[in-house]
Amino acid sequence: MHKKVTIYIKAAMQKAAFLFIVVAICGFRPDYGDAIVVGSIGEPRTLVPILASDSASGTICSLIFNGLVKYDKDLNLVGDLAERWKISEDGLEITFYLRRGVRWHDGVPFTARDVEFTYKKLIDPNVKTPYSGDFQMVSRLDIVDDYTIKVVYKEPFAPGLSSWGINIMPAHILEREDLNNTSFSKNPIGTGPYKFRLWKRGDRIELLSNHDYFEGRPYIERYIYRIIPDQATLFLELRTEAVDYASLTPLQYKQQTNSIFFQKNFQKFNFSSFGYTYLGYNLKDPRFSDVRVRQAINYAIDKEEIVRGVLMGLGRVTTGPFIYDSWAYNKNVLPVDYNPEKAKELLREAGWQDTDGDGIIEKDNTKFSFTIITNQGNNERLLTAIIIQRRLKEIGIDVKIKVIEWSAFVSEFIDKRRFEAVLLGWGLSMDPDIYDIWHSSKTREGEFNFIGYSNEEVDRLLLEARRTFNQEERRKAYHRIHEILYEEQPYLFLYVSDALPIIHKRFKGIDIGPAGIGHNFIKWYVPKSEQKYIR
Amino acid sequence: MGRYIVRRLFGLIPLLLGITLITFFVIHLAPGRPVDLETQFNPKVSLEVRERLMHIYGLDRPLYIQYLDWLKRFLCFDFGVSFVDSRPVIDKIAERIPITLTIELVSLILILLIGIPIGISSAIREGSFYDTMMTVFVFIGFAVPGFWLSLMLMDLVGVRWGILPVSGIRSLEFESFGFFEKLIDIARHLILPVLVSVFGSLAGISRYMRSNMLLVLKQDYIRTARAKGLSERDVIYKHALKNALLPVVTIIGLSVPGLIGGSVIFESIFSIPGMGRLFYDSVMARDYPVIMGVLVIGAVLTLLGNLLADISYALVDPRIKLE
Repeated sequence: MHKKVTIYIKAAMQKAAFLFIVVAICGFRPDYGDAIVVGSIGEPRTLVPILASDSASGTICSLIFNGLVKYDKDLNLVGDLAERWKISEDGLEITFYLRRGVRWHDGVPFTARDVEFTYKKLIDPNVKTPYSGDFQMVSRLDIVDDYTIKVVYKEPFAPGLSSWGINIMPAHILEREDLNNTSFSKNPIGTGPYKFRLWKRGDRIELLSNHDYFEGRPYIERYIYRIIPDQATLFLELRTEAVDYASLTPLQYKQQTNSIFFQKNFQKFNFSSFGYTYLGYNLKDPRFSDVRVRQAINYAIDKEEIVRGVLMGLGRVTTGPFIYDSWAYNKNVLPVDYNPEKAKELLREAGWQDTDGDGIIEKDNTKFSFTIITNQGNNERLLTAIIIQRRLKEIGIDVKIKVIEWSAFVSEFIDKRRFEAVLLGWGLSMDPDIYDIWHSSKTREGEFNFIGYSNEEVDRLLLEARRTFNQEERRKAYHRIHEILYEEQPYLFLYVSDALPIIHKRFKGIDIGPAGIGHNFIKWYVPKSEQKYIR
Repeated sequence: MGRYIVRRLFGLIPLLLGITLITFFVIHLAPGRPVDLETQFNPKVSLEVRERLMHIYGLDRPLYIQYLDWLKRFLCFDFGVSFVDSRPVIDKIAERIPITLTIELVSLILILLIGIPIGISSAIREGSFYDTMMTVFVFIGFAVPGFWLSLMLMDLVGVRWGILPVSGIRSLEFESFGFFEKLIDIARHLILPVLVSVFGSLAGISRYMRSNMLLVLKQDYIRTARAKGLSERDVIYKHALKNALLPVVTIIGLSVPGLIGGSVIFESIFSIPGMGRLFYDSVMARDYPVIMGVLVIGAVLTLLGNLLADISYALVDPRIKLE
């Protein structure tokens, strides 16, 4: 009797376990529906993707359009509209094999002709695109058949591959239009997971999910992008749950979103952003052309202190010009410890000493005093400058700080080299090519090597690294560049701040990785019982 | 009268040209160029690209040629296209004007409706407790920073009580509403911004009204009216008020350009897509065509507002003759 019962229970349990597995494998389907309301300070400038250079435009365009390639969760380059690609032995040709069966939002099939059209617009001198640079290296583009396209380069150009992440535009709609002045921006048609619905300028943009998206229908039905230009208002809108997704400041993240209300209704994330903040020296300045002075400043600044004080710990110290989680970043280059004694020693070696006892060091009767300039509207940079000012005072260097409105800052000070030191940040693209920032040829007015850095080995490595598609070779070159730059300190590398998104708790399926959280947006969902916007 | 208006209108033309000339050169003198769009450098946007953009925008030509070019188009009522998004300037302005005009007009009417009675009643009871309280009240409104008051009200009414939307001008479901629902929805969104704007502006008009009224009440003809044995009511509302209102006409005339000017601070805090934000964003982006467009429209309205004030002055005050 007992035995029988046991067997029966055992069988039942097995059955239950089996059922459970079956449900887990094929039974679980997230629900479709609901809307996500994204609150943002910036408004997109345009929805013609190749004309858009601001991040707000990029956010919306990336939902409406696709590139040939994209970066996945772990920052690897994978196919998007291209299923796969082949690079010729000599590195001069890239052949893309396009995905079949993809349709534009108006139902017309996507083909190689659209890629060719987008390329032609990118290199057209009358189109106001900021992205033509990478495509000037292409010598020609051949359509092999409707779904195969061959790109021939003038010389091997590794960053070229990732440049095909540019959003592809529909030839059949835009062929006869003037891109600079088209109604397309009011009603863009793409291949992406969301279709354009409406744009009330200065107010909001609405997108609807594309039910036959080639990677599957997105679960969230509506995407609403609200423009809320004031950070305090945006925060109040979160408090009323009128906004589901926003970016927080470090202060809001650490101290203002710990209430029971936020814990109950929101989830917070933090991950490294793709950019870094640095102090750049004008290397034409005789004081900063001495490497010992630059190294001394590196010892005198406590970078951890800046991360704690300015970012409230939500960031990390960086030592080089690459994305921290990418293969190009050399993790063997470690930041030097904060050591003001060592800093003073290096300055003494370089001839800087406080001879008159006023607390400021001199050389040849000139006091070491310089000005850090930074742009208006970025409080983190200003606070960082203030901490640097105090730390340098401790080793006898007098620092002044000047904050200048962005456009004037660029054209009057950076481009014309009228600065001693500049506190700025670089946004990094996924491909590690940094030729334009560090190569010694890029020092004309308006170019990006405005500090005037020049090192033969770095020049050579930069060229080598962009001329090979072999990732191992590129990795070696970039790791060496990283080492040299940290040793020579043309920049004082400071920190990478964290991205700090906050998202309403009803959204599930968010998957955090080195690429952040946006990579699987189409898989986010809200269970039926928690859906808020039902029509 | 008709001749006077025509003459004045013609007189405005050289004035307007002078304004456009000075504005054009001043905004081009400001450092910075429209191609430095982002607040972070993008290494993918090379120097060649930026130079090409300068060429497409026509910014590589001498300034006086750019001005003549602008003037030529302006004379055909063409303000050109925006550097930022290539849309016609006139479209960008036209889509912003209705909302700003609504807010400013409603505010102006409320300011007059509340401010004038406060001024009159304070003047009649000069020096009384009521007068002091009203003075304190309107000056609190004048002194409290608008952005602070806005945030406090948003927190109280929008977040804690949850009875009004915090910001924006439309609900998310706006498109599916019927006509009256739409009207109510917009009205609900406008209550807070209008309230803050009215509270801040009461001081000006009510103090002006009060001092005018006091001035008038000391006039001989008021004494005469009282001596005739008229009731105090008739003295004040029939004889004093009309005269005291005269200078208010000027104020209304002067506030015409403000009707479409909008305010950057209000519009940013309440997320209202109005003229103030359009202008501010254009200045920050050095979007010269839009800046010029907004400024010229503002200048025209100021000039017309002045003219209108002069004319209405003559209409309400028989002592003034326009020749």
